[in-house]
Amino acid sequence: MSTRLTPSQTVGPFFGPALIRASDGRMADGGTRGERIVIEGRVLDGAGAPVPDAMIEVWQANAEGRYDHREDTQEKLLDPNFHGFGRAGTGASGEYQFHTIKPGAVAGEGVALQAPHINVCVFARGLLHHLMTRIYFPDESAANSADPILNLVEPERRATLVARDAGKSSPRILRFDIVLQGDHETVFFDV
Amino acid sequence: MIAGYRRPAPGVHPRNDAPAYASTAQRAPRKHAIKIPHTLSEITGPRFDSTPALSADLTRFDGGAALGERIIVAGRVFDDDGRAIPHALIELWQANAAGRYAHPTDQHDAPLDPHFSGVARILTGDDGEYRFITIKPGAYPWRNHPNAWRPQHIHFSLFGPGFAARLVTQMYFPGDPLLALDPIFNSIADPVARERLISRFELETTVAEYALGYQFDIVLRGREATPGQD
Repeated sequence: MSTRLTPSQTVGPFFGPALIRASDGRMADGGTRGERIVIEGRVLDGAGAPVPDAMIEVWQANAEGRYDHREDTQEKLLDPNFHGFGRAGTGASGEYQFHTIKPGAVAGEGVALQAPHINVCVFARGLLHHLMTRIYFPDESAANSADPILNLVEPERRATLVARDAGKSSPRILRFDIVLQGDHETVFFDV
Repeated sequence: MIAGYRRPAPGVHPRNDAPAYASTAQRAPRKHAIKIPHTLSEITGPRFDSTPALSADLTRFDGGAALGERIIVAGRVFDDDGRAIPHALIELWQANAAGRYAHPTDQHDAPLDPHFSGVARILTGDDGEYRFITIKPGAYPWRNHPNAWRPQHIHFSLFGPGFAARLVTQMYFPGDPLLALDPIFNSIADPVARERLISRFELETTVAEYALGYQFDIVLRGREATPGQD
């Protein structure tokens, strides 16, 4: 147990000028390897109302499934054109958007692979501590069924962690709504 | 095997379900967060070593001097094993001396200061140290409950070495009578942990003929021992 940690406090409503730059939602450029995707969705509160003052941060592996971090020692290529971090504020209708690539599978415990996923951190006025969740992919049902983290979630709630294909488009658009509270509450993780 | 981050002791971080803070009512999740083991996804995280530090002097924006009491805030960022965290990104934001944010939705009837934006990004040094010069923020009213006022505070956002160590918090000032009344500060159940958000006046940080100094150290999560090690 830790004893001296600095406690968390809410990000409040006025973080935008300090934290949000429009370019932080564009994580891939022309040289980035992998399948181009757009992740978009809305943040909704317990009354179903949009949350227009949230900030979403994402952290993901590259198309090979490697994180750009010294502790990821998997024998996979780094991509000099992809670093894996993105940040976006929500708009008036609670919407957010990231332009990125689909990550590869990364190592789990032992020999098990984790299904491709994007790690998500949610901040907002009214959240005294940020929320952590993950975005999984709808075209990875076999990998998702074997994923060690998804398998910790009651089966009936797993769908809240899987993005939906928003129909044919290029680049591919995946919808991922984040519901803070209520019957369709997104699964959040104690990390 | 991966050495994860140590779990915080109960009461250190506030629970999101905090009825005295009205905005939590529709926003705090009602279901329990599911505890997960730390994998590569949690122990890794973004690095900002090449991020240019913006101004660490917030008192001169757009060519003029900001109004208010100039102060220096300095400290170190550690993990809770006492190891310094070098090159950590700190992002700051705060109200001006009159208690108003340079933000379109802040409608408090107090003047904006054209020479104070109240935002900065800095990186910690090789020993986890940081320092910035700013204006002491004013208290301001909010609509949480009748006659509610936020104590003077500066917002801090920190990235440690891994995504699991992410922290957003607020720094307060010693002796502020509003602290006892503030539902956000008091959302931290452990009173000893709560006090860690109050900076200390420090004469050594104070610069003669220039500005009072406040010390504020920040402690992020440390790591579990690597399995197999004692």
